[in-house]
Amino acid sequence: MATESSYYVPEQSRLPIFATIGLFLIAFGAANWINGGSAYIFFAGSLAMAAVLWFWFSTVIQENMAGLNSDQLKRSYVWGMGWFIFSEVMFFAAFFGALYYIRTFALPWLGGEGDKGSSNMLWQGFENTWPLMVTPDAAVHGDAAKIVGPKAIIDPWHLPLINTLILLASSFTVHVAHVYLKKNKRNAFNLWLTITVALGFAFLYFQAVEYYEAYKHLGLTLESGIYGTTFFMLTGFHGAHVTLGTIMLLIMLLRSVIAQHFRPDDHFGFEAASWYWHFVDVVWVALFIFVYVLGG
Amino acid sequence: MAHGPQPGLSRWLYTTNHKDIGTMYLWFSFAMFLLGGCMALVIRAELFEPGLQIVQPEFFNQMTTMHGLIMVFGAVMPAFVGLANWMIPMMIGAPDMALPRMNNWSFWILPFAFAMLASTLFMEGGAPNFGWTFYAPLSTEYAPPSVTFFIFSIHIMGASSIMGAINIIATILNMRAPGMTLMKMPLFVWTWLITAYLLIAVMPVLAGVVTMMLMDIHFGTSFFSAAGGGDPVLFQHVFWFFGHPEVYIMILPAFGIVSAIIPTFARKPLFGYSSMVYATASIAFLSFIVWAHHMFTVGMPIAGELFFMYATMLIAVPTGVKVFNWVTTMFRGSMTFETPMLFAVAFVILFTIGGFSGLMLSIAPADFQYHDTYFVVAHFHYVLVPGAIFSITAAVYYWLPKWTGNMYNETMGKVHFWLSFIGLNVTFFPMHFVGLAGMPRRIPDYALQFADFNQIASVGAFLFGASQLVFLFNVIRTIQGGKKATDEVWENPEGLEWTVASPAPYHTFSTPPAVR
Repeated sequence: MATESSYYVPEQSRLPIFATIGLFLIAFGAANWINGGSAYIFFAGSLAMAAVLWFWFSTVIQENMAGLNSDQLKRSYVWGMGWFIFSEVMFFAAFFGALYYIRTFALPWLGGEGDKGSSNMLWQGFENTWPLMVTPDAAVHGDAAKIVGPKAIIDPWHLPLINTLILLASSFTVHVAHVYLKKNKRNAFNLWLTITVALGFAFLYFQAVEYYEAYKHLGLTLESGIYGTTFFMLTGFHGAHVTLGTIMLLIMLLRSVIAQHFRPDDHFGFEAASWYWHFVDVVWVALFIFVYVLGG
Repeated sequence: MAHGPQPGLSRWLYTTNHKDIGTMYLWFSFAMFLLGGCMALVIRAELFEPGLQIVQPEFFNQMTTMHGLIMVFGAVMPAFVGLANWMIPMMIGAPDMALPRMNNWSFWILPFAFAMLASTLFMEGGAPNFGWTFYAPLSTEYAPPSVTFFIFSIHIMGASSIMGAINIIATILNMRAPGMTLMKMPLFVWTWLITAYLLIAVMPVLAGVVTMMLMDIHFGTSFFSAAGGGDPVLFQHVFWFFGHPEVYIMILPAFGIVSAIIPTFARKPLFGYSSMVYATASIAFLSFIVWAHHMFTVGMPIAGELFFMYATMLIAVPTGVKVFNWVTTMFRGSMTFETPMLFAVAFVILFTIGGFSGLMLSIAPADFQYHDTYFVVAHFHYVLVPGAIFSITAAVYYWLPKWTGNMYNETMGKVHFWLSFIGLNVTFFPMHFVGLAGMPRRIPDYALQFADFNQIASVGAFLFGASQLVFLFNVIRTIQGGKKATDEVWENPEGLEWTVASPAPYHTFSTPPAVR
């Protein structure tokens, strides 16, 4: 409940309209690029957006250091980040839900099971298996098929297991860093945050190796039917979020090392980034279970 | 903090003021309402007679698609966000929205997103033509190239909605004046809190489903392609998991508006305040478990048909609680019928008609007959036009004196109401009949026996459309001048917004008011 009497309402700001232009150029540029046009608009938009975010965050940081942000305002940022993460949860829920629907309903019916199994008549000879190595297209058209299944899939107990350990460890190290920050031990904070960022990069490296392996040797691609589709979309969006989270934590590290930002009682920028990191970690655990282990 | 608005265009481009941003949302919404309305008139003009007279079927499909998209995402949703911007800080005694710069960003994304969406009309292959529900594979394998621009415009308007919703939740949970406990909040604030939660829960799912489309179209994935092991029905499930909460996003704030207006003009406190709150929350919860009632005919197992049928029927319970409370609030009230009250009473009656046709549609075996007919069109226009649009109109008349400091012209308001009321019933009531008789929706031509009712509907549509110009004229006249409004405006209305001056000063409640 609000008690403070002076909630800081910023003066007019040019940041949002520039952010709008940046976002619009990204969206328009991406559509233009994908439809066969040039990529310049997209990259111009990305640069503009990055610049706006830079100025926007530095404005907020300066306001905070100038003492303009009351406890009440800081709670607004806390609510904002919390609900943003909830929106991300729902984004992943759409893709996990798609995977569930395909495996539990769509594929068994295509394979002839149950009272909806008559759809098998369109794809006679198709058998429901998971992982789906032979697509309906391949089952019916053989060598003439356009959508062919993968030759093999990723073994969960090698790279994915390593990546699971890496991410779980990184969730732990970022927490340790937070504890040291609250104890005002700057060097220990920097050290543990550095380890976390390094683990983030290590995860991304192994993920890249895994994708290379899948494309180069296993025939497991985005185009290899619904297994490849769900596999790459889920792990791909997760990887994009790890990339973003690593960048966030790296910036927090640089802010601490270069500018001596964050105080034991005032460090929500770091805390928000660490929440995001824990969220990304939880998504990975779900991926490891539902995509890799139960999918193999 | 202390100064008033900046002069010139920069005021609107750079503003962080919730009232400025609310105003921009409302004007944008009205512009989209006229644009989407013109498209509806193209549809009605073509359907005036059987056969093809005015437009080609390809263009007709683009009109139905764009009309739906623009009305849902461009007219109704931004109007409610505009009202939230204007009213929520004033209703809870806050100095502004919680995150004022993000607020500006949320608004300005919209004109860009809709410029991009509208520009598809001029692209090669034309605008999206697969209906506002954009079912795959019509929207993937068989879509015009402009679908890519449609997808990205959905992405950025979704980002706008999510940021707007986060802002509203942070404002309501964090910015209430001391003493403004949750169960003292006006119902408009309550309904928006729950709506914002729905928005954050389902807009990302919409982003997910258009992303799946993008990948299927351009990057060879198989989400909606059975050849690769996917399923076009998957699209419908994911879309309606977004789509059903979405229709409540477009009606819950309306419940809040009507719950503010009826007590004022019945001169009685709202009957059953807490049951209104719980009913709203129940409707929001149920909205997540009824989505497949849009897909009864797609071929679901019988268990699914039954579950979604009964869950859907349950919605009638909390909705019935609401209608009962509104009627009971009016019962033995000393009622007067100023324009906002006329729209609010019409809302209660006509929305209930829409609710009943919804109940008919929820019966799975009966829906096999109604599905994709004009009966469905009649149903959802009865909940959206006298539901969402009438409540927004009522809200504008109700709070316009507070915004501008001037009273609107009551006679013109009543003329607007009666023309709209007659226009919309003449337009949409006959659609029930042609629908039950089997006229399919989204088809530019029809069998001869449907001609009479279609001609009536088309006449009504042009009447309804023209009557909105009366509204526009009245609002502009009120902004320019007119009889001065008192601070209270109405007789003893409830709420903090009536304790500030009319027009409301640029900054209100810089220090929080005391709430008893």
